[in-house]
Amino acid sequence: MEWEVVIGLEVHVQLATQSKIFSGASTAFGAEPNTQACAIDLAMPGTLPVPNEEAFRYAVMFGLAMNAEIGKRSVFERKNYFYPDLPKGYQTTQLEQPIVGAGQIEIHLEDGSSKTVRLHHAHLEEDAGKSLHEDFHGMSGIDLNRAGTPLIEIVSEPDMRSAAEAVAYLKKIHSIVTYLGISDGDMSQGSLRCDANVSVRLKGEEKLGTRAEIKNLNSFRFIEKAIKVEAQRQIDLIEDGGKVVQETRLYDADKNETRSMRSKEVANDYRYFPCPDLLPVVLTDDYVEQIRGELPELPDAKCARFEKEYGLSAYDADQLTQERATADYFEQVAAKSGEPKLAANWVMGELAALLNREEKSIAQSPVSAENLAGLIARIKDNTISSKIAKQVFEAMANGDGDADTVIEAKGLKQVSDTGAIEKMVDDVIAASASQVENYRNADPDKRPKMMGFFVGQIMKASKGQANPQMINKILKEKLDSLL
Amino acid sequence: MHQLTIAEIIRGLRDKQFSSVEITSHLLERIQQLDSQFNSFITVTGDQAIRAAAAADARLAQGDAPALCGVPIAHKDIFTTNGVRTSCGSKMLDNFIPPYDATVVDNFQQAGAVSLGKTNMDEFAMGSSNESSYYGPVKNPWDPERIPGGSSGGSAAAVAAQLVPGTTATDTGGSIRQPAAMTGTTGLKPTYGRVSRWGMIAFASSLDQGGPIARTAEDAALMLSVMAGPDKKDSTCLDRPAEDFTARLNDSIQGLKIGVPSEYFGEGLDSEVGARVQEALKEYEKLGAELVEINLPHSKLAVPAYYVIAPAEASANLSRFDGVRYGYRCENPADLRDLYMRSRGEGFGEEVKRRILVGSYALSAGYYDAYYNKAQQVRRLIKQDFVDAFQSVDVIMGPTAPNPAFKLGEKNADPVAMYLEDIYTIATNLAGLPGMSIPCGFAHGLPVGLQLIGNYLDEARMLNVAHQFQQASDWHQQTAPAAE
Amino acid sequence: MAVDAQTVEKLAELARIAISEETIDEVSSRLGDVLQLVDQLQAVNTDGVEPMAHPLDEVQVLRKDEVTEPNRRDEFLALAPQTEAGLYLVPKVID
Repeated sequence: MEWEVVIGLEVHVQLATQSKIFSGASTAFGAEPNTQACAIDLAMPGTLPVPNEEAFRYAVMFGLAMNAEIGKRSVFERKNYFYPDLPKGYQTTQLEQPIVGAGQIEIHLEDGSSKTVRLHHAHLEEDAGKSLHEDFHGMSGIDLNRAGTPLIEIVSEPDMRSAAEAVAYLKKIHSIVTYLGISDGDMSQGSLRCDANVSVRLKGEEKLGTRAEIKNLNSFRFIEKAIKVEAQRQIDLIEDGGKVVQETRLYDADKNETRSMRSKEVANDYRYFPCPDLLPVVLTDDYVEQIRGELPELPDAKCARFEKEYGLSAYDADQLTQERATADYFEQVAAKSGEPKLAANWVMGELAALLNREEKSIAQSPVSAENLAGLIARIKDNTISSKIAKQVFEAMANGDGDADTVIEAKGLKQVSDTGAIEKMVDDVIAASASQVENYRNADPDKRPKMMGFFVGQIMKASKGQANPQMINKILKEKLDSLL
Repeated sequence: MHQLTIAEIIRGLRDKQFSSVEITSHLLERIQQLDSQFNSFITVTGDQAIRAAAAADARLAQGDAPALCGVPIAHKDIFTTNGVRTSCGSKMLDNFIPPYDATVVDNFQQAGAVSLGKTNMDEFAMGSSNESSYYGPVKNPWDPERIPGGSSGGSAAAVAAQLVPGTTATDTGGSIRQPAAMTGTTGLKPTYGRVSRWGMIAFASSLDQGGPIARTAEDAALMLSVMAGPDKKDSTCLDRPAEDFTARLNDSIQGLKIGVPSEYFGEGLDSEVGARVQEALKEYEKLGAELVEINLPHSKLAVPAYYVIAPAEASANLSRFDGVRYGYRCENPADLRDLYMRSRGEGFGEEVKRRILVGSYALSAGYYDAYYNKAQQVRRLIKQDFVDAFQSVDVIMGPTAPNPAFKLGEKNADPVAMYLEDIYTIATNLAGLPGMSIPCGFAHGLPVGLQLIGNYLDEARMLNVAHQFQQASDWHQQTAPAAE
Repeated sequence: MAVDAQTVEKLAELARIAISEETIDEVSSRLGDVLQLVDQLQAVNTDGVEPMAHPLDEVQVLRKDEVTEPNRRDEFLALAPQTEAGLYLVPKVID
């Protein structure tokens, strides 16, 4: 039996407004408990909500970036349920008339293929507070600072067919919201949360299987693992004659498995109805068009431009444009050095590795774009070889100055003086009589490979500073002259 | 002094016939002596009132006195008052001392008024007799064995008993107008959105409106001028500049077209009440108005629609009362569910619980379309009836309530019988129109109210029409025997 | 139309209001009375009628994004039945 996994994602993104969606309390992260919960956030009697214009602006920006319909008339609804982190006993959200309607985006996969994932809709809602389960003698502590923070809930169609696709989609969402500057997209801080709806069905089957919703996925890695493990669980279950139950499950990262959440007592009847304290929000065409005109270059457009302008592969362009900061850095390096392909390699290679090791973001990069561009320029003009460049890069990361300073200080200039190289070649040939003899007696097509020994010796002798192309040229000439 | 209207008090203070401290102290004494008979106050803020009165006198002396400087009033205990308990007539908020003022309260403070305290009301504004208050029922000054109407029974009784010349109140289905009718006072519910609901504890958000209860239309106009106005903190409050609602009181009503709905004079209306209303209409004809028979064909659906919409909205509005952040909490909750179940089960009274359940039902899966959605459709039909009628008339009149004040306990057995008290008032809340009740006589010895319904934002005219009646009659000047 | 005890219990659970065994029948019957009243709505044809959530056809005015609320934590915490370390306390929440 061939199985197909069907995945839909619900992503909650915290919007980076200054104040809450319905009150003027601050949304700044990390404040002392309940110091950013005003009377409205606490649902004090007689208090009323007033929606934040910036939240709408951000939602429209998102909708436009998703090529989606904008709900020019949207309505808030009350979703009723009881939980201590939900002060009003209902969440103000949107249902029938959300701010963003159907849309779609392209995702790019590692194998170079791309796929369209459709957006069902996106809507604005308020975040709940936090429950702290550390013991207060058998009690839980409730912090309502987060209550009322604006969220945009992004609901995809069940278009994804693998964990990899799901991750690619999520990364795309992440890159869009960070590009737009509407959220910091920080999964570890909870600014971006993802729930995955996973079901399986036999390949070719049109009907959707029963799905399970997996919550508590707070990293790209976990999402990928959780989806894989859940899909397998469902497949195994069905193959064993069982039935998938529609339920909510939590991903356990330590055990790499999903488990059923303690069944939520009575299935919640949310009794949605339009919130009578809020009026319909009507946005004019002008308002939307003005926002469209002010949108920054979006990942897809930038990616396409990088491919065209810099001659990069689709995959490389995609990698470089996932984070706006990375794309900006890359472009600076490319511009200053005039070598986009080299720039791309260095940014995705050595720089990425460095940032990973030191757990730094590109904004905190120890090597500035200018300095990296300077390094690349020196590779390009043959002052140093690529290999030596790595040393220089490390030194720059250590704070030893720019490329020229390091090259000077460590005497790393590549030897490209023909005379000097000729001398080195002669010395090595003289010292390697038997290898020279083997070379002369070898099959012509085996000879190129045998050159490697000599090149290695010369490199050693020059402490890596001899220009490799030159070495090759002069060595070949000299060896050939001995044939 | 306690017989003076607000207008007279303003003049008296200005002409230095008495001071604010004098009249305030006098009324506080009256409250102390008489209110045990009526139970119209939940909280009396005597010390605060005297201090405020003294400050008002100082401002009056300086000559920079705002509109209602030094005038004693009281607030329905549904408006939050900073530092003063606001109970909403419920055990749930018996210990609730808000750290913020309702906009209405703040407005009166800015206007220099002196608040004597918080008046009694049906719990969470749900009722038509003020019998459901945690603080005990309010008695009608015209007959203390009878109810004063509700939910603003305390506000109405306090004015009728001449304990205070004017009070603030709220009206969701008739809760200003019906008690005004039952107590021989003048009450006004403005157009929806005129008065800010910030700090006005919500019952049914799309129906609630704050308004004044006083002895005269002129006083109601003076109070409304203070209460109404834009407020950015309330999304549903209209962004219209403050208005002087006394400006047109003395306009002529010659040629005024008064719509008389045939549906308001049918079955269920006490014949004496009907007779008083007809007499009042004849008075209006004498004053130069023209009576026009109109139809409001969907009238019968108003009460059913209301009893879906109001409880539905209330069921959500009251979810915040959970014993976590303020208000009543049950003893020793075993777990979270127990905390909610018992805090709410013990904190709320029977009528409130009943309405929350009805509201939850109307919104629940499978019933939303048949109940909530249907009621909102009917609501539009009801509004359309009025819009059509106002094409040909300037104001609509009829009885405020189907009967005069009934005896305490009389309608408790059957909630639906109680609901039908609001049969003539409810439609105006559904449509969002302004309405008033003014005294127009007696039936079986008890006050009868004439209801006026104005067009959207036409309060000034409605007050003018009421005022002209009060210039030509003296029903509004009758004093309840218990107030003597 | 009558409302049975089971429905009342479900509603009581949804609304988190404890209803004692003794009063369930009474509540049931009263609810039934109210529902009978509102069932009158079914008599009228409302096809094509737009439901009206607000009496006046106004639209929402949005608020500028700025922090306007100061920290008033102590004042608000003072109103609560049980707090500790700046947090509202409730019986332990099990996810």
